[in-house]
Amino acid sequence: MTISAAPAEAILEEAQGRRRRGLRGTSGARAYGLGAITAVYLLWALVPVAITVLFSFNAGRSRSTWQGFSTRWYTWDPNGSVLNDPSIRTALTHTVLLAIVATLITVPIGVLFALALDRWRGRIPAGANFLALITFVIPEIALAIGLLFMVTFLATPFGLGTTAQIIGLVTFQLAYPIVICRARLLTIGAHYEEAARDLGASAIGAVRRIILPMLFPAILVSAILVFADVLDDFVIVRYLSSDASTETTSMRIYQTARAAPTPALNAMATIILVVSALVIVMGWLAYRRWTRRQGENTDIGTFANTL
Amino acid sequence: MGDRSTRFLWPTLGLPAMVWIVLFFLVPFYVVLCVSFGTVDPVFRSPIPIWNPLEWQFSQVQVVWDRLFGPNNFYLPAVLRTFMYVAIAVAACLVISFPVAYFTARYAGQYRGLVLALLVAPFFISYMMRMLAWINLLQPDGLVNTIVTLGGLVPVEINWLSGNPFTVVMGLIYGYVPYMLLPLFAALDRISPSLLEAARDLGASGFDLFRRVILPMSIPGIVAGTLLISLPMMGDYFTSDMLSKSPNTSMIGNLINLSIATPGQSGQAGALLILVLLVLLIPMIWYTRTNAKAEVRS
Repeated sequence: MTISAAPAEAILEEAQGRRRRGLRGTSGARAYGLGAITAVYLLWALVPVAITVLFSFNAGRSRSTWQGFSTRWYTWDPNGSVLNDPSIRTALTHTVLLAIVATLITVPIGVLFALALDRWRGRIPAGANFLALITFVIPEIALAIGLLFMVTFLATPFGLGTTAQIIGLVTFQLAYPIVICRARLLTIGAHYEEAARDLGASAIGAVRRIILPMLFPAILVSAILVFADVLDDFVIVRYLSSDASTETTSMRIYQTARAAPTPALNAMATIILVVSALVIVMGWLAYRRWTRRQGENTDIGTFANTL
Repeated sequence: MGDRSTRFLWPTLGLPAMVWIVLFFLVPFYVVLCVSFGTVDPVFRSPIPIWNPLEWQFSQVQVVWDRLFGPNNFYLPAVLRTFMYVAIAVAACLVISFPVAYFTARYAGQYRGLVLALLVAPFFISYMMRMLAWINLLQPDGLVNTIVTLGGLVPVEINWLSGNPFTVVMGLIYGYVPYMLLPLFAALDRISPSLLEAARDLGASGFDLFRRVILPMSIPGIVAGTLLISLPMMGDYFTSDMLSKSPNTSMIGNLINLSIATPGQSGQAGALLILVLLVLLIPMIWYTRTNAKAEVRS
């Protein structure tokens, strides 16, 4: 093969093409091997969940033998279906309520704290940041027991139940907006804000009109993460619940999964999965629209990387 | 920006979160200390917290300590089991995540977006639902046993769901592996392909490339992933409860959860929790440090 005979562009193109396709040349076998592992992993990760969803449409009571397609466990079974079992309905509405309220509290105070940490130097903000990061990695059971003991042994103005659950969830989730928005603020840098100040904006005006819009994708991503994570929460909501009216879907799965439940349990889990998926898809579309308008990279990789 | 308005602006913005963290993280933690170092009402068996640190008593800690290291150390097996389960699960998560993350970062090509979306998907599927999925599959007449027995031809029926350590460790791996995958992917994705090509051009074999370039450069991702999954596993009680419900597979989290559920043992639950947190303190601080370093680097 004579390299000089081929134009440089052709060689470059050929090399780029190989890299783009990624599945040829000397590394081909390795790529196929790794691809096979990845495929097996994804099957293992997702097929069991898909089967759970499938069996929520089972016509019979079994969760392992297929007896025909039906929406019985969603709507028409007189006492067992999601629609007709008040405890399942309560669990669903309570879970979504907790997710909405916790997100509405967590994201604003987290974002404000990230803004503060970005400029305010000293021991107090550093210590607060350290504590926020600790809440991120401390086993959830520690936060749950702490709040449980506080409510039990101190005369707090709220008892166990919805308020305590929301307080616990916000404490546990607070680190998400802080970490995500701080990372974004570091890449934004200080010069936009300085330019705004030079042009006569007040400090608050610069934050409101320059920094907050630039921070919007990070705020959106943290809101999605917090929402989805609260839907999923188990340890905190269980320890801080009071009675059946503050039961969530995850608690219900925990309590009934091993005691011969009907596919209605699968149906309930599927509904939460759909809510979660809807929020993510809507969030992803909003994220893409926003970043497109700003002329930024909209690769799903960047979306995932900010997660 | 040293004028008066900004001097107070930033602390004011940070105030709500700081008040929140003090009220709902530090104060509860202090209550846990006061309950654990408090006493128990001899008649009603209810815990009595001692609010003054100078008067703290250590009888509850002593009880827990004796159960761990005393002659009747029935806590110890669960503690050792926890460390073993977590070590195996973390190692398995690493072995699974590395090829998957590497493929996604380097070879996925046009499928990259799809693969990433599928890798992220388990994050948004409720943990309990994922455990429920395995309970359904692993029932005595479930799909797994049908496959293992070739549809009933082989007369073995494996009992997966009561006290089977294999199932619990598999459940931990299944539950936590996504949290290992993403940091590892982020680290591997940052390695520039030209660096790998340079190593190749200089004569590195495939193994050399892995050992001397890819592995060292993925250390931050490995560390972050390992901490991110091993810390919550240390407090996990629900995986074992869901997939086994047997004392033979109980972990530290189960000990704490049982003490909480038993009247009069709140103090012991707190004391056990404090011991666990003391052990985890160094990894937790390590995590905040690596996080700070990552911020400086970016």
